Amino acid sequence: MFGYIVRRLVASVLVVVVISMIVFALFFLGPSNPAAVICNANGRCTPERQATLEHALGLDQSVIPQYGEFVKGVFVGRTISVGPGADYDCGAPCLGISFRSKLEITELLKDKYPATLSLAVVGGSLYLLIGSTLGILAAKYRGSATDRILVSSSLVFSSIPYYLVALLAWLFLYNEYRLFPETGYFAVTDNPVKWASGLLLPWLVLGFAQSPQYARFGRGSMVETLSEDFIRTASAKGLPRNKVLFKHGLRAAIVPIVTIFGLDMAFLLAGTVFTEEIFDIDGIGAWGLDGIRLLDFPVIAATVLVGAILVVVANLVVDIAYSFLDPRVRLA
Amino acid sequence: MSAPHDAVADSRTEDAAAPELSGVPLLEVKDLVKYFPVKSSGLLRRTIGQVQAVDGVSFTVDKGSSLGLVGESGCGKTTTGRVVTRLYDPTSGTIMFEGNEIGQLNRKQMMPYRRQIQLIFQDPYSSLNPRHTVGTIVGTPMQVHQTVPKNKMLTRVQELLETVGLNPEHYNRYPSEFSGGQRQRIGIARALALNPKLIVADEPVSALDVSIQAQVVNLLQDLQKQFDIAFLFIAHDLAIVRHFCPRIAVMYLGKIVEVGDRDSIYLTPHHPYTQALLSSAPDVRQAAIGGRRERIRLEGDVPSPVNPPSGCRFRTRCWKAQEICAQEEPPLLQIGGREVACHFAEPMQVVAATEGDIAAQVEDDDRAPKLEVG
Amino acid sequence: MTEVLEGTQQGAQARSSSDTEPFLVVEDLTVQFPTHDGLVQAVSDLSYSVGLGETLGIVGESGSGKSVSSMAVLGLHDEKRTRMTGSIRVGGKEVVGAGDHAMRKIRGNDAAMIFQDPLTALHPFYTIGAQIVEAYRLHNEGNKRTAKRRAVEMLDLVGIPQPDRRVDDFPHQFSGGMRQRAMIAMAMVNNPKLLIADEPTTALDVTVQAQILDLIQKMQKEFGSAVVMITHDLGVIAEIADEVLVMYGGRAVEKGSCKQILTHPEMPYTWGLLGSIADVTGDTSKPLVPIPGTPPSLLNPPTGCAFHPRCVHKDKVPDGRCNSELPELRPGIYANHLTRCHLPDPDAIYESEVKEVVM
Repeated sequence: MFGYIVRRLVASVLVVVVISMIVFALFFLGPSNPAAVICNANGRCTPERQATLEHALGLDQSVIPQYGEFVKGVFVGRTISVGPGADYDCGAPCLGISFRSKLEITELLKDKYPATLSLAVVGGSLYLLIGSTLGILAAKYRGSATDRILVSSSLVFSSIPYYLVALLAWLFLYNEYRLFPETGYFAVTDNPVKWASGLLLPWLVLGFAQSPQYARFGRGSMVETLSEDFIRTASAKGLPRNKVLFKHGLRAAIVPIVTIFGLDMAFLLAGTVFTEEIFDIDGIGAWGLDGIRLLDFPVIAATVLVGAILVVVANLVVDIAYSFLDPRVRLA
Repeated sequence: MSAPHDAVADSRTEDAAAPELSGVPLLEVKDLVKYFPVKSSGLLRRTIGQVQAVDGVSFTVDKGSSLGLVGESGCGKTTTGRVVTRLYDPTSGTIMFEGNEIGQLNRKQMMPYRRQIQLIFQDPYSSLNPRHTVGTIVGTPMQVHQTVPKNKMLTRVQELLETVGLNPEHYNRYPSEFSGGQRQRIGIARALALNPKLIVADEPVSALDVSIQAQVVNLLQDLQKQFDIAFLFIAHDLAIVRHFCPRIAVMYLGKIVEVGDRDSIYLTPHHPYTQALLSSAPDVRQAAIGGRRERIRLEGDVPSPVNPPSGCRFRTRCWKAQEICAQEEPPLLQIGGREVACHFAEPMQVVAATEGDIAAQVEDDDRAPKLEVG
Repeated sequence: MTEVLEGTQQGAQARSSSDTEPFLVVEDLTVQFPTHDGLVQAVSDLSYSVGLGETLGIVGESGSGKSVSSMAVLGLHDEKRTRMTGSIRVGGKEVVGAGDHAMRKIRGNDAAMIFQDPLTALHPFYTIGAQIVEAYRLHNEGNKRTAKRRAVEMLDLVGIPQPDRRVDDFPHQFSGGMRQRAMIAMAMVNNPKLLIADEPTTALDVTVQAQILDLIQKMQKEFGSAVVMITHDLGVIAEIADEVLVMYGGRAVEKGSCKQILTHPEMPYTWGLLGSIADVTGDTSKPLVPIPGTPPSLLNPPTGCAFHPRCVHKDKVPDGRCNSELPELRPGIYANHLTRCHLPDPDAIYESEVKEVVM
């Protein structure tokens, strides 16, 4: 097991390194020039001003020295020039400073991440819970009216685009009728009540909008498990039906659900872009989107890397969880 | 039925360009070894052991004849079949096909031999692609090997379907539209498509209903006679192997323990494992005529092929085992019509040969059925 | 024998006389599954009984109804998707129409079942011990420790080496034969008076098959149980059964003592089965005699005798009755032998035409 984890971690680091290179390459080989964008945003942009900006941002160097500088920053820190004669000392781990706000990326990450984390963990748990419960119920009453209603309604709901659901929820439930408190992120350490009330609507929207997928998936997994021989054995022992369903059926059906959930969670944690944008939550999804809009490269690089690390780690966690859930799987 | 025959004749004349080798068996396998590595769970995944699936197996199959490989799961019979067809590469040893060594050939060099060595699988449900029509399934090998021009493909496919007893008009149907026995016939038609000289049949009937098994066994025997095909017939069912194959090799844990002609093996088995195996086989005919036999019961399970016992591999379950069995591996030695690998080989009759034998055995058997329900 | 017969009759008249009737009585059992394609007539008018200490072998091919009828004995069919009529009595308790609550007391307690593939029939995520303990505690008082002790005892009884250590293993850590032993241990943990074995040796090697058949017989002696052995393998039947029931297309087509069925079968399907199997002592120069055609569809069963489309003797029955009229299950030539066939003198045909071929 230990050898396996080490091997996987080495592979994970490699994946992250490769992704960081690709991000760098794509950005610098791309057609747009952040210096020009910044320069033009301030009005009157002269070629000299743009050149100064380019130099200040380090964009006049070629890609490889820039990447080297970036890597050096991550491990030992680096000094970044923020204007003529003004240098900023960025300590390790340094992901650079934002072109725009001139703030350190690591600080910004620390600032933005709790919002995304709160949103993802509670929202994700909510849809796992609602979705798989509905799915298991549908499987239990397979073929009945309950089952058909659950299946068809989940099909209808999951075919509505998520951003539409989120937007309509915000429009009607908050903006129009004020059924929910104002949305937004407040630190849980400052005021837990405000934290919860600000995130209540996004949680529910996230939870309900994604749950049909889990309902269908949970139903499928459960139906498959219930046709297994060991379920028949459990009934033949004289176990009550609910025990057959939950102790024997669910125990086996949950394994593939956990896998999907682990990977889903990684994507959520990497930033719930629509949710954050629509409900005005200052998380890394919205932040990353701004970064792209403004060609704020350090922000883009940071969000992509965080996403990559999360996905890689989630994969590892899922595989390790598997070996605990299924005694037949021995990690080697 | 004459048409496929002609097709065979055609391709045989083609092959006849190669010098006819008399006296050379069609297939000669010598000291065949196939190990599968077992990797450690450490960082470097070193190979820490070998699954000794097949360990020094030698046998020959003559042209148009059948050799049966019997043994229990894990004895290496399936692996042997797969190495012979080169689905697996041998670890060592030689595989001679018509006098040519094919064990070390690469994919491309192997191509001409693939036509002549075909495989029939056990499971007629999973060995046919459900999205391909029967015509495609049977025709693909001919297309790959370009043995039949495109415009004659359909005729040839229909001939083959008729040969295996399927309706030739059904070439456009999918495997799911056929029953298990019919699917196995499709698999057989596919194997026949390239006029093979050797068919490796791996448990070809064990997934089928009893009444259908006999249909397929008879079909294979007819085809063997009609097209002079040799079979390496792999099965765990002792009765079917005996029925199909004049020569039989008994395998245990990667080794052949006894090999010989049908009667030597079944009437006077010399190896304790052969005796135990035969003794375990239920015998309907005997039960019908008389009573149930006394049986040799083996204790325990087959040991792990990763760590097989020293000396004779059967010694851990053998009632005759002595010290020498642990120290010295018994070689395959000729005794009468068989070769047997045992330090204490001696004949023992475990199945009755004639009704007289059965009656003699049954005399003291008082186990008449007691239950009579109206 | 007469006791048994009387018991059946009394049972039919007065259900309460359970002390004299055989432990398992199946009467006129019909099991049907409505599907989108139509009604699957899985079992029709099936009757049999098995007393304590006796072994009934039910033999048939896939789709013959042999497994469906035995699952019905434990009430294992989904009530909503099954139409079931007739009567099944286990130790005098009626199963057909009994509620889940009543059935739960019978399952695993009065009657237990073992299945074909012990790898899939055991839960992969629970230890062998936990699964036996669960079965024990369902029907017995007692804490986990007594139950665990009992599980070890049972594993020892079925011949698992080092049972106190292996009890904590998962099914995948056992070999195929040991898994079936564990399955038998689990089935017998509550001393059931009826053991239904559904193809218990089909997935096993011959030497292991022999061990398992021995074990089942040993268990039967130990607990005095009635055993129903379901199989497609006449060899297994020959080994273990006292009485044999041959099923085809959802119906009983022949019934009699094991020796009679194997030596004087009176139904062409049974002849066909005997002719289809190769034998370790048979004459290898004679080809096998397969039954032509394929087993019948249970959605659209053939008219008349279900076997007539495959029967080579149907021309010996006048007026084409075989394809128009379902034969009754009637007494055969030998005592206590039942057969469902229109042939007027099947034994004569068997002796003159068939015996030579099948034996």
